[in-house]
Amino acid sequence: MSAAVSSRPETLTGAPFHYCPGCTHGIIHRLVAEVVDELGLREKAVGVASVGCSVIAYNYLDMDMQQAAHGRAPAVATGIKRVLPDRLVFTYQGDGDLASIGLAETVHAAARGEKITVIFINNANYGMTGGQLAPTTLPGQVTSTSPGGRDVDKMGYPIRMMEMLATLDGPAYLARVSTHSPAQIAKTRRAVKRAFEAQMKGLGFSMVEILCTCPTNWGLKPVEAMKWLEENMLPYYPPGEYKVAEGV
Amino acid sequence: MKVLMKGNEALAEAAVRAGCRYFFGYPITPQTEISEYLARRLPGAGGVFLQAESEVAAINMVYGAAGAGARVMTSSSGPGISLKQEGISYIAGAELPCVIVNIMRGGPGLGGIQPSQSDYFQATRGGGHGDYRLPVLAPSNVQELVDLTCLAFDLADEYRTPVLILGDGILGQMMEAVELPPVRAAAPEKTWATTGCRGRAKNVITSFFMDAADLERHNLRLQEKYRAISAREARGESYLTGDAGVLVVAFGSTARIAKAAVRAARAEGIAAGLFRPVTLWPFPAELLNRAALQAGAVLTVEMNYGQMVEDVRLALDCRLPVHFYGRGGGMVPGVGEIFREIVKLGGETRERCRVKPA
Repeated sequence: MSAAVSSRPETLTGAPFHYCPGCTHGIIHRLVAEVVDELGLREKAVGVASVGCSVIAYNYLDMDMQQAAHGRAPAVATGIKRVLPDRLVFTYQGDGDLASIGLAETVHAAARGEKITVIFINNANYGMTGGQLAPTTLPGQVTSTSPGGRDVDKMGYPIRMMEMLATLDGPAYLARVSTHSPAQIAKTRRAVKRAFEAQMKGLGFSMVEILCTCPTNWGLKPVEAMKWLEENMLPYYPPGEYKVAEGV
Repeated sequence: MKVLMKGNEALAEAAVRAGCRYFFGYPITPQTEISEYLARRLPGAGGVFLQAESEVAAINMVYGAAGAGARVMTSSSGPGISLKQEGISYIAGAELPCVIVNIMRGGPGLGGIQPSQSDYFQATRGGGHGDYRLPVLAPSNVQELVDLTCLAFDLADEYRTPVLILGDGILGQMMEAVELPPVRAAAPEKTWATTGCRGRAKNVITSFFMDAADLERHNLRLQEKYRAISAREARGESYLTGDAGVLVVAFGSTARIAKAAVRAARAEGIAAGLFRPVTLWPFPAELLNRAALQAGAVLTVEMNYGQMVEDVRLALDCRLPVHFYGRGGGMVPGVGEIFREIVKLGGETRERCRVKPA
């Protein structure tokens, strides 16, 4: 007789993910869903999907959700949270959305100590539009709009969001994690949980930056993409907890 | 009991009395008193005032709050309203009720801070991307700033649409005696709002439709709503139009000045009248046609270089000569200027327009 050792979290709808093979969005959707289940918050949660590959995250997460304009998710989440201060309100955003067009909304939500959580997917390029230069694209990295590699002399340097936001007083919890190994995925789950808990305790803004793969646009096989992430992204974007306020 | 209030503050107080408890804004002249008033007023009323980092953020906070089921408002002036257009398009697409106030100043660009009506096109032609419409209300005195603000919240909830109040710097800055409405009971519960899915299936608020057939269906439904609004909600005011040979058409502050010019023309024996659209979208075409029944000529007066005049011409279907007089850049047309235009038309047009002074 066999027993199920794993089942679909209640917060996942079961709709098949549209993500490319080897993309880690699916893993992160599941982690978010597991944590929401564990904290018993599915019926108290309002998620905000952004613009990018995860635009239809609301098809996968079985909870109330709003879809926000490109980069504006933290502002939308602010509006929701101010009306419903006892709900779990979080955004799910990519690096172009968050660190480029939505940089102001991100920084100011953090500075206000807005009691929301931002799940930040960093895959070093614009995934949905086919792999263009993002604010997180590494020096030398080839994308469709940096065909010769990111030339920092002309295109500037990648933005390290965690380090930047850690200078502010508003954030209660800031952590950078990765998805390139099972151990890192377990850490990611813990970080998401701590971020949600920080919010529900009313401690301030929380954000988890998750380093992700984008094999299709990187032009790599899924396993090679994991390796590329580990070898190239980790040194530039060191994982760790960047801010842990008292009480988190 | 009437109280003496500045237009911007009266509008803000009316919003609170209409059940608005959330305001997200960004300072810009000549509407900043709305923010300042609500910063003092809302916390005590159990609400939230939040000064956003930009107009872009403010309108998206409105999106979130409206989606969470609240009565919510933002206000700005031309340059800030331009920044809000992205959010307004999303709000229209996602069918969220909210009130947006534009206290107009002169443009284009940074323009100036003096009153203007040069955002008529932006207000009535959508402003943002995509096929959408939104009701546009044009108050012409401080009492109407109050009354139309209350109406705006009701229309927003009834039709699940953003509603724009299009005022101008004169209205925002002037003080008049107003009767304030009683405080309303809370807005009806919104079953579609995202409040947490306790005891029901999840709610999703989005304007995104990947499949073209789905997006077309969504658009057709929106168009049906816009037709219903057009059929039911057009409003306008007629003044001395029964026998008017020269019909002046003006909205907002300009209509008040035009009214004085019409009275002056009447005193000179010219059968002038005034038609004032109160809703700019839907444009009150039928009411205008009724007001123009005896007219030989129409004079549209605006604080811009000819925007509403296009709707006047469309509404009258070229059956009458439609003339235009406007001032822009923050300059306000005087009673005398409008009077002179009326006199010109009163002489040019059909004989019966001109009545000999007693």
